[in-house]
Amino acid sequence: MKRTDTSNPDFFHKVVDCQWGCPAHTDVPEYIRMIAQGDFTGAYMLNRESNIFPGILGRVCDRPCEPACRRGRTNEKPVAICRLKRVAADHRDDISDLMPVIPTQKNGKKIALVGAGCASLAVANDLMPMGYECTMFEALQVPGGLMRSNIPAFRLPAEVLDEEIAMITDMGVDLRLNSPIKSMKDLLKEGYDAVFVGTGAPKGKELKLPGREQGGDNIHIGIAWLESVAFGHIDKIGKQVLIIGVGNTAMDCCRTSLRLGADNVKVIARKPRGFFKASDWELEDAEEENVDIVINHSPKEFVIEGGKLVGMKFDVMEYDIEGGRIKEQRVTDEVFIPCDDVVLAIGQENAFPWIERDIGIEFDQWDVPVVDKTTFESTLQGVYFGGDAAFGPENIIWAVEHGHQAAISIHQHCHQRPLTERLPVTMNLGSRKMGIHEWSYSNNFDPAARRKMEHVPLETRFKQLTTEVELGFTWEQAKQEVERCLNCDIQTVFTDDLCIECDACLDICPTDCLTITRNGDEEDLVTRLLAPRLEKDQPLFVSGELKQTHRVMVKDENLCVHCGLCAERCPTAAWDMQKSLLNFPRASDHDGGAAKAREGKAA
Amino acid sequence: MTYIAKPKIDMPGERRNEIGLRQRDYEGALSTLCAGCGHDSITAAIVQAFWELAIPPEKVIKLSGIGCSSKTPAYFISGAHGFNSVHGRMPSVATGALAGNRDLVCIAVSGDGDSLSIGFGQFGHAVRRNINMLYIIENNGVYGLTKGQFSASADPGSKAKYGEVNRMKAIDPVATTIALGGSFAARSFSGDREQLVPLIKAGLRHPGCAVLDVVSPCVTFNDHVGSTKSYAHTREHYYPAVHTDFIPPSKEIKASYDEGEVMPVELHDGSRLLLKKTDADYDPSSRSAAMRYLEEHSSQGQVVTGLLFISPDLPEMHTISGTAAQPLARTAYEDLNPGQAALAELQKDLK
Ligand SMILES: Cc1cc2nc3c(=O)[nH]c(=O)nc-3n(C[C@H](O)[C@H](O)[C@H](O)COP(=O)(O)OP(=O)(O)OC[C@H]3O[C@@H](n4cnc5c(N)ncnc54)[C@H](O)[C@@H]3O)c2cc1C
Ligand SMILES: Cc1ncc(C[n+]2csc(CCOP(=O)(O)OP(=O)(O)O)c2C)c(N)n1
Ligand code: SF4
Ligand code: SF4
Ligand code: SF4
Ligand SMILES: [Mg+2]
Repeated sequence: MKRTDTSNPDFFHKVVDCQWGCPAHTDVPEYIRMIAQGDFTGAYMLNRESNIFPGILGRVCDRPCEPACRRGRTNEKPVAICRLKRVAADHRDDISDLMPVIPTQKNGKKIALVGAGCASLAVANDLMPMGYECTMFEALQVPGGLMRSNIPAFRLPAEVLDEEIAMITDMGVDLRLNSPIKSMKDLLKEGYDAVFVGTGAPKGKELKLPGREQGGDNIHIGIAWLESVAFGHIDKIGKQVLIIGVGNTAMDCCRTSLRLGADNVKVIARKPRGFFKASDWELEDAEEENVDIVINHSPKEFVIEGGKLVGMKFDVMEYDIEGGRIKEQRVTDEVFIPCDDVVLAIGQENAFPWIERDIGIEFDQWDVPVVDKTTFESTLQGVYFGGDAAFGPENIIWAVEHGHQAAISIHQHCHQRPLTERLPVTMNLGSRKMGIHEWSYSNNFDPAARRKMEHVPLETRFKQLTTEVELGFTWEQAKQEVERCLNCDIQTVFTDDLCIECDACLDICPTDCLTITRNGDEEDLVTRLLAPRLEKDQPLFVSGELKQTHRVMVKDENLCVHCGLCAERCPTAAWDMQKSLLNFPRASDHDGGAAKAREGKAA
Repeated sequence: MTYIAKPKIDMPGERRNEIGLRQRDYEGALSTLCAGCGHDSITAAIVQAFWELAIPPEKVIKLSGIGCSSKTPAYFISGAHGFNSVHGRMPSVATGALAGNRDLVCIAVSGDGDSLSIGFGQFGHAVRRNINMLYIIENNGVYGLTKGQFSASADPGSKAKYGEVNRMKAIDPVATTIALGGSFAARSFSGDREQLVPLIKAGLRHPGCAVLDVVSPCVTFNDHVGSTKSYAHTREHYYPAVHTDFIPPSKEIKASYDEGEVMPVELHDGSRLLLKKTDADYDPSSRSAAMRYLEEHSSQGQVVTGLLFISPDLPEMHTISGTAAQPLARTAYEDLNPGQAALAELQKDLK
């Protein structure tokens, strides 16, 4: 194999599994180290740079970083990355001095943002400090989008939302509440330099089955129902409730029902566990509250008696599963389950009744707008889509990243530069060596298990809809949890011609991830690795030819726990531990000079 | 050395040997040797060999004298018995330990100073007694622990780090073993794990005193230009004369081989060694041929390595002295000391 090109930022970025897995590329290990040092404010600000809502996301992020976490590959549970984000938010000081200064002299460019959800807020966050004038139109009486109207307050308290949304709107956004945009054509006539559509995927899916019409009053569409609950229009539900669907919306619906007076809540899944869309932790939390999850039941009919819903009929399913796929399915029985109310939580869709189809914004065969995956531009120049509105329902952190990217496009567009002229991701490496056996990071592997989040006791938590269930980590828990982080951004950097092939690094490596062997093509080379290669997607480092024997140093990045022992043992410092600092350019970096200044920042 | 201990991390897909142990179960305490010391590499090879042979740690005894090399038994098989003797006196302790318990698997680690300088006499007698042990000499040409003075294995003309040139002849432990009538003489290099591991296994299974001289660079005091025991010099003058494959009793010999170049050797426990020779006419079972071969090649400055001489049928200490098959350590006190009456009975015959 050829020598691995480690100057390509992607190589080391991929090693930082959590940061690679995070849509907004939050510098997780760095903020965890800051927490370890008690610098909560610093950790908060570092989070804010990429994900904007650390307090919100520290509670409800979809956390794609956690399944990616390296710790999970050592036969253990991942680091509680998300919970630690909340620790930073809970303990930070006042940050008003650290927020960007908003220029009083505006740049003369006016941007319309449709919807006040996280996507639009992210765009405003990036553009306001650059002198843009942003007008944000929101149909509802409060900003926040689904974070406000759908994510229940027992998971995400209103104060947390208010505070982090205000950090953006207080930058001087012209926020127009109760102002639904009814015509894109009219909006375009108002002379904005660019329009960003962040209206989400507001339409809950229907379940058209016999009895649907007659049972109307007691059959609710999940997201609309949650919104009504959030705004106080609904404050009770029947004793027996069936939730149809087993995604995250279903989890919020069942737990909300329990808080509105239901005492028997069943979540009905068509397929067995393993096919559930809900995240494991949301399922766990629901089951802790004694929600019954019924598998292999396919809805058949709403049963109405005397004009009132009394229950539902289901087909009982049987599946033949092979390699995680359903090969064959059949109905084995039919059952009736009584209930007072049904909540449908089977998905959401985009809907753009307010966008005229003759103004140059193309929609595809599923009536979804055609949006560029990098620039977020629609087929009409100057109109951008982001968040759930762009490619269908995702999550908050994706919406934020869309916002960052759309802001770059808007900035380029307003300055007549091609949208594709985007700055590349850059990387800086800086040694972490302090002394012969000393590194400026905590390199010792801590075998502690993942800390468990404490919850409000079951007896008290249902009394009020707004009682936050998770208590947050105590300082003791946080102190232990931060040490579980493997510091994946502290990279092992190899200098070929320093190596004298003494094998010291190979012998000390606790995971056998290093090998010195003769070169060959990948297929051949991996057969000679000291430890088997378990993850083909994880990067492999191959050095240049070594001086003494012309063999090569090979490292399987999958297994490295970044303990730095190879670098400590190497007599010639051929291995060094260096922090990879990745820079993801934002709109403000696209002014030429600014980008270079950031690149120059020492690691 | 390092300050933090090598952590024990649970990894998926970690392999276990026939007795259910992982390789790390054969590791020892944190090494305090210099980073890059050849001795640490040999330690790793020892760990691998014991793990692959699936020898229960409690069946092992580790012995050593004094020196950086002699410190290494602390760094492998924590669960084994061990004794760190005085300088150059390890063979006496080995004799005693094996006299007492002949069932132990004995590995001794010594240095060129420990065995060829102060302990040369003891070394000779260990070979002569043919004690059933693997006797590893971690050979770096210097007294590492006392800061790099030349040892008795330093080659003439070799330059010390502080500039002095050695003018005395070097003692070659391999040639000495053969000359003293030893039963197993091999040489390897800490930087050649592929060669070293089968030699360690062969030495452990050989029924007698297996002397294994391992060139093991001292990165701190003897890895400079002008040294003949550096990583670079050893690699340049490296001459593997015999490649050894170790085949445990249960395994079949799969590869077919050409009689002239490969010499099969069967050990008493049923394991076999396949010796593949670089020169077809070299005979590692002939004492005189081996001596001649060594002399010819080392006079050309070559570091000849491999299993250079073997005679598995020579009797070891217990066979020579006709001791009981049952280890003394596990013989009941009444049998060891049958009492006054038995003594009187015995003495009758001697009168
Ligand atoms: C029940 C539920 C629970 C969820 N839980 C999580 C979670 O725990 N973690 C997570 O990461 N994600 C979660 N999500 C997904 C997440 O909420 C969304 O992906 C995210 O909010 C999308 O943000 P957005 O800005 O694109 O749109 P939205 O948040 O949907 O915001 C769109 C805004 O636009 C407004 N609007 C729409 N049309 C117009 C118009 N014509 N004129 C003016 N305003 C308009 C809407 O009123 C709304 O305020 C959940 C979703 C649901 C339904
Ligand atoms: C009786 C006695 N004499 C001298 C010493 C000092 N001494 C300690 S180690 C050593 C030499 C060790 O050399 P070697 O066996 O080659 O080991 P290395 O450190 O090179 O591995 C000497 C002379 C001693 N400890 N005891
Ligand atoms: S840092 Fe070095 S020694 Fe530690 S696991 Fe990674 S490669 Fe192995
Ligand atoms: S410890 Fe250093 S010199 Fe020795 S093999 Fe490893 S990289 Fe090479
Ligand atoms: S002094 Fe030499 S022999 Fe001793 S530990 Fe250091 S490198 Fe090894
Ligand atoms: Mg020595």
